[in-house]
Amino acid sequence: MRFLFKTGYAQDTRLFPFGGTGRFWAGLALYAAILVALAHYAPVALNATHWLAVAIVYAVVFGAVLLRQNADGEGGHAAFWYGLLGVGALSAPFVLDLYFLSQITFVYVYAIAGVGLILLLGMCGQISLGHAAFMACGAYTAGLLQAQGFDLLVTLPAAILLSAALGVVIGLPALRMTGIYLAFATYAFAFIVEEVLARWDGLTGGNMGFVLSDPSILGYTFDSEQKMYYLAMALFVLTLLAGLNIRRSSTGRAFMAIRDSETAAEAMGVNLAVYKTTAFAISAGMAGLAGAVYAHLLFFISPEGFTIFLSINLLVLAVIGGLASMHGAVFGAAFIVVLPQLISLTKDSLPPVVGQLPGLESGIFGLVIILFVIFEPMGIHGRWMKIKTYFQLFPLYKRGTFKRQKSYMVSEKNR
Amino acid sequence: MTLLDVENLAVHFGGIKAVDGVGFGVDKGEIFTIIGPNGAGKSTIFNLISRIYEPTSGRIRFEGKDITAVPAHRVAGLGIARTFQNIELFDMATVLDNMMLGRHAHRRTGMLAHLFFGPRTRAEELAHRRKVEEVIDFLDLQHYRDQMIANLPYGVRKVVELGRALCTEPKILLLDEPSSGLNVEETEDMSFWISDIKNILGITVVMVEHDMNLVNEVSDRVLALNYGRVIAAGTPAEVQAHPEVIRAYLGTDETEAA
Amino acid sequence: MDRVLGRIWWLLAASAVIAFFSPPVLWLFGVMDGAGLTLYLQQVVSGTANGCVYALVALGIVLIYKATETINFAQGELMMVGAFLAFTFITMYGFGFWIGAALAVAGGVLFGMATDRAIIRPVVGQPVFAIVMVTLGFGFVVRAVVSMIPGWGTDTYALATPFSGADLRLGALVVSQDYAAIIVSTLVLVAFLFVFFRYTRLGVAMEASSENQLAAYYMGIPVKRVYTLIWGLSAGVAAFAGLLLAPVTFIHTQMGFGVVFKAFPAAILGGFGSIPGAIVGGLIIGIVEALAGFYLPEGFKDVAAYVVLLVVLLLKPEGIFGRVVVKKV
Repeated sequence: MRFLFKTGYAQDTRLFPFGGTGRFWAGLALYAAILVALAHYAPVALNATHWLAVAIVYAVVFGAVLLRQNADGEGGHAAFWYGLLGVGALSAPFVLDLYFLSQITFVYVYAIAGVGLILLLGMCGQISLGHAAFMACGAYTAGLLQAQGFDLLVTLPAAILLSAALGVVIGLPALRMTGIYLAFATYAFAFIVEEVLARWDGLTGGNMGFVLSDPSILGYTFDSEQKMYYLAMALFVLTLLAGLNIRRSSTGRAFMAIRDSETAAEAMGVNLAVYKTTAFAISAGMAGLAGAVYAHLLFFISPEGFTIFLSINLLVLAVIGGLASMHGAVFGAAFIVVLPQLISLTKDSLPPVVGQLPGLESGIFGLVIILFVIFEPMGIHGRWMKIKTYFQLFPLYKRGTFKRQKSYMVSEKNR
Repeated sequence: MTLLDVENLAVHFGGIKAVDGVGFGVDKGEIFTIIGPNGAGKSTIFNLISRIYEPTSGRIRFEGKDITAVPAHRVAGLGIARTFQNIELFDMATVLDNMMLGRHAHRRTGMLAHLFFGPRTRAEELAHRRKVEEVIDFLDLQHYRDQMIANLPYGVRKVVELGRALCTEPKILLLDEPSSGLNVEETEDMSFWISDIKNILGITVVMVEHDMNLVNEVSDRVLALNYGRVIAAGTPAEVQAHPEVIRAYLGTDETEAA
Repeated sequence: MDRVLGRIWWLLAASAVIAFFSPPVLWLFGVMDGAGLTLYLQQVVSGTANGCVYALVALGIVLIYKATETINFAQGELMMVGAFLAFTFITMYGFGFWIGAALAVAGGVLFGMATDRAIIRPVVGQPVFAIVMVTLGFGFVVRAVVSMIPGWGTDTYALATPFSGADLRLGALVVSQDYAAIIVSTLVLVAFLFVFFRYTRLGVAMEASSENQLAAYYMGIPVKRVYTLIWGLSAGVAAFAGLLLAPVTFIHTQMGFGVVFKAFPAAILGGFGSIPGAIVGGLIIGIVEALAGFYLPEGFKDVAAYVVLLVVLLLKPEGIFGRVVVKKV
């Protein structure tokens, strides 16, 4: 038994297995500091090549620091790769042009909502066709409070809390429903919320929409694309951490238990009502946060921006990204932001007969969804795991590693 | 000392009297078996004690306190653990996750703390893991630790189900047909474990069982049910010799009315 | 708690029935005049006609669900394709109404069977949610492809039917022939389906395949063929619904999308998985919508269906005719 304590299943509770976490954070903080210093005190106008060089040099040093093995002789590989990703993400505003930067910002925003939806759908097994309503709640809360003169320190927590409260309101009746019933109950709620937003002219401006201005914290205004990028990135990282923390805690296990067998979960002491409602609340709160940032990115919100199409987009995000893990949120968000752009781009290079066809975008969107579900049901994250495992096990990887036995359909009525 | 006391318990589903006035007491530290033909209401009694079903009448007392109105999710916290006849494991999770969930009733940190995963949460996770490892050692599940339930054979799943119940550190363990679907060797292992649970861990066991060899090997007292009513109670030998019990299992010479 | 909700359910259901029958009663007692009653009846008739269309689409959804436990979000698109086929055969190729209609329904059946073979069969066995995503994606694809087909495209078309003529008059009540045709045809189709399922083994085979596919295979049920047949049948019903709806809303690529989001509440209201429930649910939604649009202030018409849905789900989560399945542990 001693060796168990020594390797520490403590490593199982870490975000990065086998350590390196402390050095990761230290390295990243150091990098951010260098970035800020260079931005302020550089004698010459630094262009993209300079920044790339700085990034590469730092990544090498960073990696070397991380790879220094810990006492058990195990390395911090995951921390290194995430560190590199973090370095890239921090440098992006200096290297990419504004259009791509704003697209990545949108990816962060959708990913925040995606983490919430994957938590609800993938971990807890509850379907929600109404997440657009939570985003709308967060967006309008942020906008209305900003109009009253409050800054982000008030509007963001308010958006989260109000959306979470709405999530509880929707989650409570949801306790008695499952599957398609739950899906349409959530959709009905969302539809009613949308109608309320449209009809309540006095408060929300109705269908004319609502205009927002640059957000600010304690006098510091986020008035450029780069600043909004950092804001969105920071909020996304915090949301992701919260999601990962839930996943490795007993709350996350309870969620998964509810998904797989409610009876057994109850027998083990899980209060179904409390946990299901909490799952809805957390998920809705995250969607509300996403909605608030979304509103500040667009500067204009109206009920038409939060219809069933947005809810379906979020669902596609979750399913295509991969329901099994929080990483799926990023993959899925990238998918729903990038694919329409890709289609628009390739439209121009296709012969006009094909390229000018109306409805091509949604058609290809639908086709990709179908292909993913048929050929890669575990989503992009699943494919990523397979690729990673291939490299890890090389040359011993077998194609059947992730294959499950052919399953026959069994009624879900008896779950 | 009577740990579990069931008094005049009855549950009616529409016109069907699944359990009809059943009463028994389980003493601390004994192995109490309930036998009876299929449909006699044995699992139903477990479901009533676990508070999955609402009794139509009767009382259930545990450690002297009336638990007839306790909500289902509080039962584990009281010290009552159970396994299920048709294995209710969490298929999409690993053995370790399943067993860690058994510790749910003993958590001391709240959901908000889990959001931040501070030092107290980490310490609690490690403490739970230590306890779960003890149960894994007890049941020899080490090399199944990280496998998904969906990939495990039936015999191993039954053991994991037992392990998950043990992780709740119960005072009384309700086992619903622990040997169903197991071969001779696995049934022997199960009988050793049940005896160890009583002798080493000091947990009271209430068991529903069909395998009479197993019943004779481990039980201290036996209760026989038929059509939701008690027909005999006593030591294994007494109950198996009881004419009513023999009639229930083997029938009589007269043809039953169809 | 369940008992309290059950009581509230009966209270609300009773009030709804009373409210529904109150105008005729008020008229009988002279409180409401003939004009008021006529207006009321107009709304009921138009609501019933709309409700029949919702009911047929809901029926198609429930049929597929009963057989395969798949939730087909593309049912509206099946209806839309049927309507376009009707337009093609009747107007473009000039076959005349009855032959064109028959061809359209047959075409719809084939389209449904092809959909099952191509899209649904590869994903059977995956969790229900994955299959829902496939149908959602398929809906996108169908809408896009239909808008690309020359001759169909993004225009709106009218359908000439033998019923587009003079309106029927029942006393002071004016009922357009289209509405009458919809109601009568729906009755005929439902009767046909009832007989079909009663006197063939398909009904039983259907339920068996949805409960446990592997066991159904062992019992000699050709499960895949049953699925394909059901998809064909459901698509045929959808094409029929498209045919009925075309004179009212005209044929265009978005016609299915709007209907499907009323048809699902109809199916759920009736108890998802119950065929009579789908019909009843559709009629209720149609009539409630029509009456809400007439008597309630603006904006309530759209929300009415969903409010009814929410109320029913809160009080009776399994719907009107739904069965509560409690897992036995």
